[in-house]
Amino acid sequence: MTTSSFPYLLLLVVIPALGSLLVAIWPRKSVADWFHEALGVGVSVLTLVMAVAVLVVFKSGVAGYQLASEHAWASGLGIQWSVGIDGISLFLVVMTGLLFPVALLGARVKRDRRAFVAWVLLMEAACMGSFVSLDLVFFFLFFELTLVPTYFLISGWGYARRGYAAIKFFIYTFTGSAFMLVGIVALAFIHRSQTGVLTFDLVPLMHTHLSGTQGVLLFCAFTAAFAVKAPIFPFHTWLPNTHSESPVACAVLMIGVMAKMGTYGVIRFDLNLFPQACRTVAPVLLTLAVIGITYGALVACAQRNIKVLLAYSSLAQMGFVVLGTFAIDPQGVTGGVLQMVNHGITSAALFILVGWIYRRRHTWQIASLRGLQASAPVMAGAFMLAMLASIGVPGLNGFVSEFLVLLGTFEAHRWWGVVAVAGVVIAAVYFLWTYQRVFQGAPGPDDATTSDLTWREGLIVAPLLVLIVVMGVFPKPVLDRITPSVDRLVVHVDHVTHTDLPSGLHGSALPALHSSALSAQCSSTAVSCHPATSATRGVAR
Amino acid sequence: MTHLAATASTIHLPHVNYVSILPILIMMGGALLLLLLSSLLRRIISTGVCTAITVMTSAAAAVAAIVQWDQVLANGAQTTIAGAVAYDGFSVLIQLLVPLALGLTALVADGYLKREGVVGGEFQVLAMASASGAMVMGAANDLIVVFLGLEILSIALYVLAAFNHRRAESGEAALKYFVLGSVSSAIFLYGIALMYGATGSTNLAKMAEFLARRAVLSNGLLLAAMALLLVGFAFKVSAVPFHMWSPDVYQGSPSPVSGFMASVAKAGAFAALLRVFVSSLATQRLGWQPVIWVLAALSLLVGAIVALNQQDVKRMLAYSSINHAGFILLGVDAADARGISSALYYLVTYTIMVIGTFAVVTVIAGRQDRATGLLEFRGLARRQPVLALALAILLLGQAGAPFTTGFLAKFNVIEAVVLTHGYTLAVIAMVSAAVAAFFYLRVALTMFSPVGEFGDGPDDDVPLDPAALVGAATPGAASGVTTVPPRAWSAAMPGIDELADAPPSEVVEARGKVPVPPATWVVIGFCALFTVVFGIYPAPLVDFAQHATLLFI
Repeated sequence: MTTSSFPYLLLLVVIPALGSLLVAIWPRKSVADWFHEALGVGVSVLTLVMAVAVLVVFKSGVAGYQLASEHAWASGLGIQWSVGIDGISLFLVVMTGLLFPVALLGARVKRDRRAFVAWVLLMEAACMGSFVSLDLVFFFLFFELTLVPTYFLISGWGYARRGYAAIKFFIYTFTGSAFMLVGIVALAFIHRSQTGVLTFDLVPLMHTHLSGTQGVLLFCAFTAAFAVKAPIFPFHTWLPNTHSESPVACAVLMIGVMAKMGTYGVIRFDLNLFPQACRTVAPVLLTLAVIGITYGALVACAQRNIKVLLAYSSLAQMGFVVLGTFAIDPQGVTGGVLQMVNHGITSAALFILVGWIYRRRHTWQIASLRGLQASAPVMAGAFMLAMLASIGVPGLNGFVSEFLVLLGTFEAHRWWGVVAVAGVVIAAVYFLWTYQRVFQGAPGPDDATTSDLTWREGLIVAPLLVLIVVMGVFPKPVLDRITPSVDRLVVHVDHVTHTDLPSGLHGSALPALHSSALSAQCSSTAVSCHPATSATRGVAR
Repeated sequence: MTHLAATASTIHLPHVNYVSILPILIMMGGALLLLLLSSLLRRIISTGVCTAITVMTSAAAAVAAIVQWDQVLANGAQTTIAGAVAYDGFSVLIQLLVPLALGLTALVADGYLKREGVVGGEFQVLAMASASGAMVMGAANDLIVVFLGLEILSIALYVLAAFNHRRAESGEAALKYFVLGSVSSAIFLYGIALMYGATGSTNLAKMAEFLARRAVLSNGLLLAAMALLLVGFAFKVSAVPFHMWSPDVYQGSPSPVSGFMASVAKAGAFAALLRVFVSSLATQRLGWQPVIWVLAALSLLVGAIVALNQQDVKRMLAYSSINHAGFILLGVDAADARGISSALYYLVTYTIMVIGTFAVVTVIAGRQDRATGLLEFRGLARRQPVLALALAILLLGQAGAPFTTGFLAKFNVIEAVVLTHGYTLAVIAMVSAAVAAFFYLRVALTMFSPVGEFGDGPDDDVPLDPAALVGAATPGAASGVTTVPPRAWSAAMPGIDELADAPPSEVVEARGKVPVPPATWVVIGFCALFTVVFGIYPAPLVDFAQHATLLFI
């Protein structure tokens, strides 16, 4: 664990939080109409700069937590401000930093902008906080804090049934987290009874000895919260309502950033704290993930509302993250982590583009759009690129992560992998069919007059499209930073569960195998593979 | 009294450590002074002067409590006045909390009394008397003293509940409170008698000593005594099933009085409950803990669920305070040092939040406390954003949102109860918190919902497409999946849909800004800031509650 004298991670949380306060209290009368928005964008860009600074000072090839710091908060209760970042959270932080200014710029609202911007910035602070917290209570605090701005964003700026959607979302997620809080306290209690120290810090808690039943119960308590947030298959029923009614910026951030908090929580906390339980329950979660992938894709096929279609498609996409995670295999988990980032970028691009279509046409109905590519070719191109990335076409970012996930799953749990591949195919069906219905064909009178992207809109979505291509063609720098931490995590799980690897894969044979598998994958995306995986894996062992 | 039994022939006056009861004396002195002034002076004292005297009395009592705190830190916990009064960190915390709550209430009441045109110092006299009763309960180390405090607290409150004599509901509330309250006092008194029969003393320390020294073989008397005492306490803290009075009384009483009841009366009753059961009847834990368990679980669930359906904010807050009582009972159920400190922390934070909330309700309610319906809050954020923000913070705090004092309060009691293996109760508490969050947010949503606009949605020129809405709201229908139809859901929870999505009522259009007196602003601002600041930086408050518990007799 390396520390830093400059409080990068604290600033990641404090800048948007203070920015939110500043926007909220800055009087409306003395300034121009656009002032609060500009201030909000400025603050979020500053946060992005800080996130990029974190990316720059982050040491590649180091597995442990970096830039860590600890401060007492409520010491009597064993809670402390403990933050750190590793390969698993690094790119989520950067992605969060990127998506917030994009959402603020790309999905502006028409009224009461000051309050809107203030809530969005508060949400950014909460998201950043949950990605960098290593103290369970602080993680929970930030995890819960996201609900408040989300609730007000949906109920304040949503569409017709926004009140219902906001409350449904709130009740679902809050109930899920209720179990997690009890789980957190119970875990700390078990740890205290073993060591005499009351702490909520992840690192010492990792070494708590849990009986099989305890582990599974705690795992379920934690996963209840994560499964609702992500969402994982049977806990997704809030998703369509919420996304059809929420304002576009909120949908972008909920799917792009907040959904990741669920799967991130699974990787960061479930795998670290309850390795044995994860192994035990893995088949169940793998099955749910596969159901989510196929079911989400099939239901997406049946949608008439394009926004709900995107919501169901992300249920399927997030299924890949869960699948990779519970393969509990270096490639699978790496793929899962990368899939979170990729899905955040592509889904944000898609939602923003769909929001712009709505701006022009006031409809979410696929049936009332036709042949837009004649009048809006640039928009069609951008949509096509983001869509192909979601499907997982080689050369774009979605391919790398989905391939890694499937590769990892095939090695450890073949049949689940086989079914999941079907999901990829169905994804191609509903996305291409949507493209065909919306952008191709003979345009109607309204469609022919739909204007193309303005240069400003183009600039907003451009960074996302560039990242889609760059991360697809050259994922090595990203993988170099993710894999050491993932390897360490998987080694931790293996170590705790004493699972014997398949015969013949012990010792030195193992890194070689992974290395060759990875180079096979990398060569297919026309890049040379990195040696870091095998090296750090050897060291970790 | 017990010392009489010890010294048969001559009556020894016990040594009185006056500092130990100084805040109580100040409070009672303030009440008497104001009473004398208002009866002796020729002309009627203005409300402002009465408020000033009350606030200064509260401040003096609080300062005295701070002096006490230093003494207790230096000398440790002790009892005084023949063991009848406890002088420890716990009692000092209550001596500090109650004057604070009284001072805030007096500032709110100032605006209320001026608005209602009530003159004279009776309100403040009664409030100070009632507060001194709560302080006595916090310091009592003898069941008789507990009863004394309980009665001083209650009798003044009965009158305060009836204070708005122009309003029939106020009289009804007072009568209800009085009849039920006096019955519960009688039950409590009978409990004391039985306890004396079972243990030979009413002094808490002697009771504890007696019960620790010998095993009570036929403990029927003891169990009956504990049951009766619990009924008395449960009535005062309005724990289910002894809560029936509280919605009506909260709704009918003048709003500042409701806030006072929810804060000061509860603080006093919980302080005595903690001291009697957790401290002196600790050995009999197996006898009373299951009862507390049931009381807590019922209060948590009934309070949260019934509140869902309330259309009147004061009634809703009454059920919410029942729910809060359930949470504090978790701390009692844990029955150890952490339980006490968590209950204390909850009491402190909850007191501040509830007074602030009722302060906002007081100003919104307008003349005669009429406008307390949920619809009166619609569009408040538009008219008075700062007021709406403060109320949102206070409600979020009560819901236990992160980075408010409410979160750590709930976390604390749940931690306490989990550490004593009360997993079931902890899960019940969390589920009730989730349900409770809903009705707090419903008020917040009502305030923030823009009147008659459809958000960022159809851009004013395009009418809503009902088919699109149905398609959007029931996506499962298309794929053959059964989701709960929204309409059925809202039918099960009347009010949600109407409030969230219905067009605005005409009442709101007619309403302008409500006037907020400066003194009330001070209270609302203080409470909201307290909730946020100690939510972000909780260490001093948490340490204070834990410290107070360590210096416990």
